Amino acid sequence: MTAPSTAASTSIMVADARTLKRNAAEKRFRAYGLAAIFAGLLALVLLVGSILNNGASAFKQTFIQIDVTLPESKLDKSGVRDPEVMKKATTVTYAPLLRDGLMAKLDELGVTDIEKKEVGNMISKEAAAQLRNHVLANPNLIGQTIPFEVLANGRIDGFFKGRVDFASAELDKNVSPAQLNAALALEDAGSLETRFNLGFLTAPDASDQRPEAAGLGVAILGSLYMMGVVLLLALPIGVTASIYLEEFAPTNRWTDLIEVNISNLAAVPSIVFGILGLAIFINFAGLPQSAPIVGGLVLTLMTLPTIIIATRASLKSVPPSIRDAALGVGASKMQAVFHHVLPLAAPGILTGTIIGLAQALGETAPLLLIGMVAFVREYPAGPPEGLFDPATALPVQIYNWTQRADPAFVERASGAIIILLLFLIVMNAIAVMLRRRFERRW
Amino acid sequence: MKDIQLENRAVTDEKTKIAANNVNVYYGDTRAIKDVNIDIKSRTVTAFIGPSGCGKSTFLRCLNRMNDTIDSCRVEGRILLDNEDIYDTKVDPVQLRAKVGMVFQKPNPFPKSIYDNVAYGPRIHGLASKKADLDGIVEDSLRKAALWDEVKDRLQAPGTGLSGGQQQRLCIARAIATSPEVLLMDEPCSALDPIATAQVEELIDGLRTNFSVVIVTHSMQQAARVSQQTAFFHLGNLVELGDTDHVFTNPTDPRTESYITGRIG
Ligand SMILES: Nc1ncnc2c1ncn2[C@@H]1O[C@H](COP(=O)(O)OP(=O)(O)O)[C@@H](O)[C@H]1O
Ligand SMILES: [Mg+2]
Repeated sequence: MTAPSTAASTSIMVADARTLKRNAAEKRFRAYGLAAIFAGLLALVLLVGSILNNGASAFKQTFIQIDVTLPESKLDKSGVRDPEVMKKATTVTYAPLLRDGLMAKLDELGVTDIEKKEVGNMISKEAAAQLRNHVLANPNLIGQTIPFEVLANGRIDGFFKGRVDFASAELDKNVSPAQLNAALALEDAGSLETRFNLGFLTAPDASDQRPEAAGLGVAILGSLYMMGVVLLLALPIGVTASIYLEEFAPTNRWTDLIEVNISNLAAVPSIVFGILGLAIFINFAGLPQSAPIVGGLVLTLMTLPTIIIATRASLKSVPPSIRDAALGVGASKMQAVFHHVLPLAAPGILTGTIIGLAQALGETAPLLLIGMVAFVREYPAGPPEGLFDPATALPVQIYNWTQRADPAFVERASGAIIILLLFLIVMNAIAVMLRRRFERRW
Repeated sequence: MKDIQLENRAVTDEKTKIAANNVNVYYGDTRAIKDVNIDIKSRTVTAFIGPSGCGKSTFLRCLNRMNDTIDSCRVEGRILLDNEDIYDTKVDPVQLRAKVGMVFQKPNPFPKSIYDNVAYGPRIHGLASKKADLDGIVEDSLRKAALWDEVKDRLQAPGTGLSGGQQQRLCIARAIATSPEVLLMDEPCSALDPIATAQVEELIDGLRTNFSVVIVTHSMQQAARVSQQTAFFHLGNLVELGDTDHVFTNPTDPRTESYITGRIG
C-alpha cells in the first residue's frame, strides 16, 4: 500500500497500450481472413451459378410425338424384309415420312399457314436416321403407322428454353414465327414436350446442324478409359518410385538431381507433354491417334510427378520412430516400409493420387495435340481393345463445343462443364472418404 | 544415492555376451565414439551413463547395427556377439536385430492393436505356427513386461491409446516377444512419470534372469538401482567401467567423480 500509483498502473482490469495494439492487430488480421474467404466464396458462387444457369437446360430436350406411316412401296419394294435390301432406303427416304406425319398432325390441329419445308425443318436432322435404325431393327413395322418420338430442331428447342423468341425468329433464316406457332400448337395438344434427356449423357457428338442430338457418351467413355490408364500406370509407378527414393536410395548427387527434375516435371506446361506424346507414342511407337491409350499415357507422364511428390511428402511425414520400432524387432527394411510406413502414408498417397487424377481429368491442351479433338461418332469398344479406338474426352468436348457457331452448343458446353465438375466433386469426395477410413486406424 | 535397493547386486553370470574392441564411430568426419573397449556380460544389467551428447546412444545403436540406417555413420573396430563379429559382411543385420532387441527413448508402439504390436516380431520371424502359440507368446511377453493384467481385456484396442508408461512397457513386451538374447534400452524411462519409471525398473531387474540388458540412462539413481555394471562415457570416451557399487562409491577417474557428484553434466 505504500505505492498505490504503481499498483494501479499494473492492474489487469485496464489494458495497457501494447495489449490494445496487439488486440487491434489481431482483429485486423481476422477481418482480412474473413474478407479473403468471402472473396473466394463469392467467386465460387458466381462461377457455379453462371455455369448452372447456362448449362442446366442442356439436360432437357424438346421431343415431338409423330405418327409415322411406313409405306412398303418406299421402304421395301421387294417385300422380303431383308435388312440388307432395306438398307438401300436412306435417310433421304425416311425424312419426308416424318415430315408428312407431322404435317398431318398440324392439319388436324388446324395449323395451316406453314410451308411443307418449314414443317420438315422443325424436326431434328438426326430423326430420320433414328427412324431408319428403328425400322431396320424391326422390319415387321413396315406397312404400319407407328407413334415415333423425335428430337425437335435446336431452334424449336431453344424457343422452349428461352433462347429463341418471335422477334429473333423473324431475323433468323433457320427458324420462322410460323414454326414457333406450330410448336406451341403441338405443345397444347400434348404432342410436344420438353423433358429430361438421357441422350445428353449417352449419345455421341453430332454435327454442326444438329446440336439437339449431340451428347457426351463418347467423351465420358474416353475420359473414363484414360483415367483407368492413368490410375493403373501412374499409381504403381509413382508409389514405387517414391518409396525407393524416400526409403532406399542413398542421398547423393544423383538422387538430388532426380529430386530436382521431378519437381521440374511437375511444373512443365501440359502442352509440352502433348508434344512429347505426339512424338513418342504416335510418331515413334506408332500408336493410333485420338486413342485413349495415348491420352492415358500422356496424362500418366503429367500425373506422375504430382503423385511422386505427394507420396514422398506423406512418407516423410511418417515419424522415423515407427521405422526404428520395426527395424528394432528385426523387420527388414522392406517389411518396415510395407507393414508400417505405407499404411500410415496411405491417406496422403491417396489424396495426392486423386488430386493428380482430377488434374488429368480436366486437362485439355495435351489431348488436342494427340488428336483427341477429332469428331467421333462411334463408341470405342470395351476395354482393353477400346483403348485403341478413337475417342474424345470431356474437357476436349467442351472446348470443341464452344468453338461451334450454333448457340445451342454453348448451352451443351456448359452442361458438359457441369458433368465434369460433378466428376471432380465425386472424386474429391472419394478422396475424403478414403482418408477418413484409413485414418480411423489410429 | 540409492533410493531403493532392488536386489542383491552380485553379478550372477560372468560370461561375456558382447565384446567391443577399439570401436570408433564417425558421423561424417566427426568422431563420436573414441576407441571404446567394453565387455557386456550375459544375465547382467549394464548401465551407460554420462553427460548428454557423450555418445551413449551412438554406442548402444552400434550393438544391433541400428546405426546402419544413418547414411553418414561409420563404425570401425570389432564388436563380437558370442565371439562372432556383428559387422562381418556375412551378417544380416535383420537376423542380428532379432537377437539383439531394442527399446527406444520415446515409446513408439505401432499404430495397431496391443496384440498385433506384440505379435509382430514373432510373426515376421515365424516363431509361432499356430494361433494358440502366438497367443501364448503374446501373453507371456505381456506378463514379463508387467502389462498383462492391465490390458488382457482389451488386446484388440490400439496400442497408441495406452498411457505413456503402459506404452513403454508395451514396447518392452514387443521387444522381448522375439526372445532376444540382449535387450538394448535407450533412456527407456525419460518420458515416464516416477510411478511408471518404478514399474519399468522393476521389470528390467526381472528381465535379467533371461536376457543381458544394456540400459542408457541420464539418471544416476536409476543406474544405481537397476544395474550391476556401470559404464561412464565422456566426450566419446569410455572413462570408467566396473561394478555399479564400485563406480558409484569409489570412482577411479576424477571425471566420473565430478559427474556423479554433479559437477559435470
Ligand atoms: N545422426 C547423427 N548425425 C550426426 N551426428 C550425430 C547424429 N547422432 C548423434 N550425433 C552426434 O554424436 C554425438 C553423440 O550423440 P549421442 O550418441 O546421441 O549422445 P547421447 O545419447 O549420449 O546423448 C553428439 O555430439 C551428437 O551431436
Ligand atoms: Mg541419447
